[in-house]
Amino acid sequence: MIDKIRSADRRRVGVLTSVGDRWRALTKWQQAIGLAAFVAFLYYLPLLGVPGLTWLRTDSIEGGNNWAGVLFVCAIYVLVAIGLNVVVGLAGLLDLGYIGFFAIGAYSVALFGSVNSPVVKWIQQEFNLPPTWAVTWAICLFIAIVLTMISGVLLGWPTLRLRGDYLAIVTLGFGEIIRIVARNATGLTNGPVGISAIPGPEGPPSVDNKVFGLIDAKPWYWLAITFVLIMVILVRRLEHSRVGRAWLAVREDEDAAAVMGVYPFKFKLWAFAIGAALGGLSGFLFGSRNAFIDPTQFNANLSILFVAMVVVGGSGNMIGVSLGAVLLAYLPERFRDFADYRWLVFGLAMVLVMILRPQGLVPSRRRARELKDRAADAEEVPAHV
Amino acid sequence: MHFDELIGHLGQHTVDGLSKGAIYALIALGYTLVYGVLRLINFAHSEVFMVGTFAVLILWTQLGVQNNPPVGQAILFLVLGLVVAAAASGGTALALERIAYRPLRRKNAPPLIFLITAIGLSLVFVELFGQVLPKLLGGVLPEAFGRPRQIVGMPTIIQQETLFTIGNTAITNIQLIVFVAAVAMMAILDWFINRTRYGRGVRAVAQNPETAALMGVNQERVIMLIFVLGGIMAGAAALLWSMRFGFTQNSIGFVLGLKAFTAAVLGGIGNLRGALLGGLFLGIVEVYGASLFASNWEDVIAFVVLIVVLMFRPTGLLGESLGRARA
Amino acid sequence: MRRSYVRALGTVALAATLVVAAGCQDSGGGDSNTASGDCGGKIAIFGAFTGDNAGLVIPSLNGAKLAVKQFNAANPNCKVTMQEFDTQGDAAVATPFANQIAGDNSFLGVIGGHFSAESDATMPIYQAAGLAMVSPSATRTDLTQKGNTSFFRVVGNDGTQAGAVASYLKTQNAAKVFLIDDASAYGAGITEELGKQLGPLVVNKDKIQERQAQFDATISKIKAAQADFVFYGGYTREAAPLVKQMRAAGVQAKFVGPDGLYDPAFPAGASGGAEGAIITCPCLPADKAGGTFSADYQKEYGIAPGSYGAEGFDGATVYLDAFKAGKKTRADILSYVKSYDKQGVSKYIKFDSKGDVDPTKVVIWAYQIKGTAIEALQELKLS
Repeated sequence: MIDKIRSADRRRVGVLTSVGDRWRALTKWQQAIGLAAFVAFLYYLPLLGVPGLTWLRTDSIEGGNNWAGVLFVCAIYVLVAIGLNVVVGLAGLLDLGYIGFFAIGAYSVALFGSVNSPVVKWIQQEFNLPPTWAVTWAICLFIAIVLTMISGVLLGWPTLRLRGDYLAIVTLGFGEIIRIVARNATGLTNGPVGISAIPGPEGPPSVDNKVFGLIDAKPWYWLAITFVLIMVILVRRLEHSRVGRAWLAVREDEDAAAVMGVYPFKFKLWAFAIGAALGGLSGFLFGSRNAFIDPTQFNANLSILFVAMVVVGGSGNMIGVSLGAVLLAYLPERFRDFADYRWLVFGLAMVLVMILRPQGLVPSRRRARELKDRAADAEEVPAHV
Repeated sequence: MHFDELIGHLGQHTVDGLSKGAIYALIALGYTLVYGVLRLINFAHSEVFMVGTFAVLILWTQLGVQNNPPVGQAILFLVLGLVVAAAASGGTALALERIAYRPLRRKNAPPLIFLITAIGLSLVFVELFGQVLPKLLGGVLPEAFGRPRQIVGMPTIIQQETLFTIGNTAITNIQLIVFVAAVAMMAILDWFINRTRYGRGVRAVAQNPETAALMGVNQERVIMLIFVLGGIMAGAAALLWSMRFGFTQNSIGFVLGLKAFTAAVLGGIGNLRGALLGGLFLGIVEVYGASLFASNWEDVIAFVVLIVVLMFRPTGLLGESLGRARA
Repeated sequence: MRRSYVRALGTVALAATLVVAAGCQDSGGGDSNTASGDCGGKIAIFGAFTGDNAGLVIPSLNGAKLAVKQFNAANPNCKVTMQEFDTQGDAAVATPFANQIAGDNSFLGVIGGHFSAESDATMPIYQAAGLAMVSPSATRTDLTQKGNTSFFRVVGNDGTQAGAVASYLKTQNAAKVFLIDDASAYGAGITEELGKQLGPLVVNKDKIQERQAQFDATISKIKAAQADFVFYGGYTREAAPLVKQMRAAGVQAKFVGPDGLYDPAFPAGASGGAEGAIITCPCLPADKAGGTFSADYQKEYGIAPGSYGAEGFDGATVYLDAFKAGKKTRADILSYVKSYDKQGVSKYIKFDSKGDVDPTKVVIWAYQIKGTAIEALQELKLS
């Protein structure tokens, strides 16, 4: 059985590699057309009505969820995966508390943008502002990114000197601290009751909003996918820049990198801050779209889900992690019939993927080679654990 | 801030914290043993503990144990419970090693892969006990699986009584049993690792796997041994937990595992005595914190202390390394 | 080279086909017609039907299903269907469901949410769509204080229940009440209300956290306060070990909790420790519930209706009556619900202007744990 899966897997990888090779063989303008078509398809997705493909829609089943709503979740998870990939895949730092940044992003827009938040109420009182006053959405976006970057640096500064496994537990603790503080600091965050009336681009949720209305989720998906595309381009450029190469060097061998004049701590901190900002952006969109958040939405299970998206998809490869994010967000919604067994299947899938394909579904070429080297090492020196 | 509450009952809080930390410490040993030898976090160890509590629950309900049995029977139930829990937990740990970790070790996979696998296994176990087993065994073992995902109570084996009081600090029989049993288990483990032939093998592999292999240490056997030992310690913790708290649930492992892992890191992961120290330290910090603020800040305090300790001692209180601790 | 050229063209052609198809195709979703014929229609019910909290919600779902089933059997030419949407209790999952239900015009009414957070998150969406929401179990007081006009609940709110607990404690001559809550929206909310009503009778407070197992610090505070009553606002998971450890530590104070503990897992989880504990619940004892509901439920599902089974039944009945009265649009049904005035199985149902059930019609009962059973004790005065 396992052998069968393995050989099927090998065939699939063959196809994938050949697709990749052929893609690279295309000329510039051909690639551009292909990309444009793909992007157009992404924007078209919420309207998906091609006969034969409609069964992909999550609302094609009894009690299925809103298709555009699920696509929106997929999109913000892709943002999360891209951000976490900078930290885990590129810089090689294991962050199990990524939900903390996501939560800070969501709370930024909630605390500053909603008239129901204690922070806004306090500002109103302090400066004699009308009760409808709140910080504008666009400024909240800025606040969210700045706050998450700062919290990334604040968390990274003392902890990035720690070795990998210590970092994992410390970041896990960080995520829990954020959630518990959000839950207990009632005067600041409304505590467990949560915050409602979080604004969107058109202001607070209202029937009068023309585009980002209450009933139709499609514009939200288009907004999110736009952010995703912008971030993909930015992170891609970063990956191939001096900073990206420095991350790679640090991940491969910290000491060697330091000897070559790449100061590891600085670049790790950068990775942490940039990853945090992406997580914050994603949380910002999440809070803004749902118009309501409470601390139970940010528990540690989600952090683990995030790491699983990156590793299952193929740590280090942006296409891979995006695929991982989409699969983990989409499959449980599409196959709701198995609702009771959702987590069981999810757990089994994680174990199977890791045993059969440790490099992930769409591996980064470089990472796959590293893994192969390690496996070869293992065969040469069987004693090495 | 309730300083007077904390200071006024400092002795009581310390005792409560020690008995709380003793259970953390026993579970922390499982993380530390595996980490010391293999340098990987066995995230699924919390479920090894959970399986142990279910084994005790099933044993006691199948034996028809009632609340507060006579002393002779109580001791018998506890001993049987220890055997069953240790067997169940040890067996689970060994199965994890065989089924999931061994294929990964063959490939020399990086630690991240082990971690994700372990998280997946953890989910599988939680769901197995929350969903699958209740479906399969709900009719046969209604006491354990009749109410899936819900908390299940166990009979009280030992009635809690105050043994002696020093000042305003009362020490109960259960606290004493938990603390003494936990420390005794750890002393036995410490002796086993530091004084026996098998223990020498474990230390050898922890220090240098290649040299150990050249010296004729059977590495596979050492790895199996540490998983089983960690499992047995988790089983002992499961029994003490069942005696002390008298309930279990399929999702009981996560929080406890997190705390135990924190304890292991605090003490210096890979270091047996560090696990004991870290567990007790964490238990005391949590109880102090809970009385100083309120219990809902307990976890925040625990994690803040962890971060602060690691800032000043990046490898924990006692430093890591199973082999070097005493060798 | 040529091959890849062909492939690129192929991709473009495919994309073009998709876009054209988009033009021709309906955007999916169900814009199917409203009810055919003169009577009947479709309603939605949402809540945590799977996951850790499902145990609290399933009785309500079953009650609603039973109501629909009985209605369809009694009225063969007035077919009503009910669609389930499983939110797992997560407000973020409930939002896209609300988009789905609001956007599908065949849905004429909604039963839910079952928890306060998911109700709070989705209220504006249903309001915008002109859909009535009837909640069987979202009890947070401020849900009806936000100016929303389409949210109704067939259950008393936390303030009412806290008032009943306060009057009960006063009749029991409580002098020193110790308040504990689990820092959840539900537990902290009801405990805070109770604290306000008890005033100087509260000797001390503590908060615990979810999934806590050891309560030494809290018990030590209870002992120091020499409390004669302990009120715990929260759920079974933490209450069972808490009360068990309190008793083991020799605390004799009476243990009182709200409907979050109205759950057979509570006495079972505390294995004897919960003996004598008092649970208040805005739910009628089975034999007091109107009509044959309890017997029917028992017959259908093989177990007694647990928490909110009767409320789920009542929530569905409100819509079923609306369909029977020939209402066929969202607006008609909304105004019908607004003016609903009828005896239900859980209580007399008539909503005030804010959507709360008339506070004088709310009944709150005290139950006592005897062995593994939850036995009805007495009806409580509301304040």
